[in-house]
Amino acid sequence: MLDLIFFYLFAALAVVSAVLVVTRRNAVHSAIFLITALLATAGIFLQLQAEFVFIVQIILYVGGIMVLFVFVIMLVNLDVALRQLQFNRGWLVGLVLAVALGAQLAYALFLGRTVQLTGAAGELKAENTEQVGQVLFQNYVLPFEIASILLLVAMIGAVVMAKKRL
Amino acid sequence: MVPTSHYLFLSLALFTIGVIGVVTRRNVIIILMSIELILNAVNINLVAFAHLWKQVSGQVFAIFIITDAAAEAAVGLGIIIAFFRNRETVLADEMDLLKW
Repeated sequence: MLDLIFFYLFAALAVVSAVLVVTRRNAVHSAIFLITALLATAGIFLQLQAEFVFIVQIILYVGGIMVLFVFVIMLVNLDVALRQLQFNRGWLVGLVLAVALGAQLAYALFLGRTVQLTGAAGELKAENTEQVGQVLFQNYVLPFEIASILLLVAMIGAVVMAKKRL
Repeated sequence: MVPTSHYLFLSLALFTIGVIGVVTRRNVIIILMSIELILNAVNINLVAFAHLWKQVSGQVFAIFIITDAAAEAAVGLGIIIAFFRNRETVLADEMDLLKW
């Protein structure tokens, strides 16, 4: 019962702040509400016994990526964009299509709600970080290395993009 | 015990809101933020199924997706800074150099 209450609390927080991210005029306000949405999602992760993902979400998303966003918002002069139209010309078409996509997915989920999902059940240990580390370095070494190369490429790309003269 | 379908519907809601943000907003920075919302929704799905099957692989993939989000944000914001320096705009529909 209590976890259901916490789930609905975090879910409502996440959905409301996500709506505010999309609808606010000022990009700084959007960034603040995105932080709230990400923190609420982190709470959901904690509820799902994913402590390592929870802490990575807070440190990397809220602490790293959002600082980058706020930094760029401060770097880019948004005063002009603030007074202009915030939604593009075809926004109604886009909204209808996006809602139609969401409705289709919701219908698919609704059809599948009675399906009993069974599979090879493993075991989630209490030492979540240890278990994640073992799986990451035993079963997913190659994806891990590819991810590090991706980060290297992104780092070089970001530095080159932000240089004064290309 | 919260049923897994609850998490799936939450993920669906966040995904749809993110898609709405991507297709309707003009400000590129807010479009990037909506993409972060979409990636986050996918993470909820992965972690929820990891919890359902008591397998930790889903959490590992969620970490990979967070890594991808970091790379995407860095490159995307770099592009925004470079574009703003050249064209003095952050509006997506004014980025039409390849259109005529």
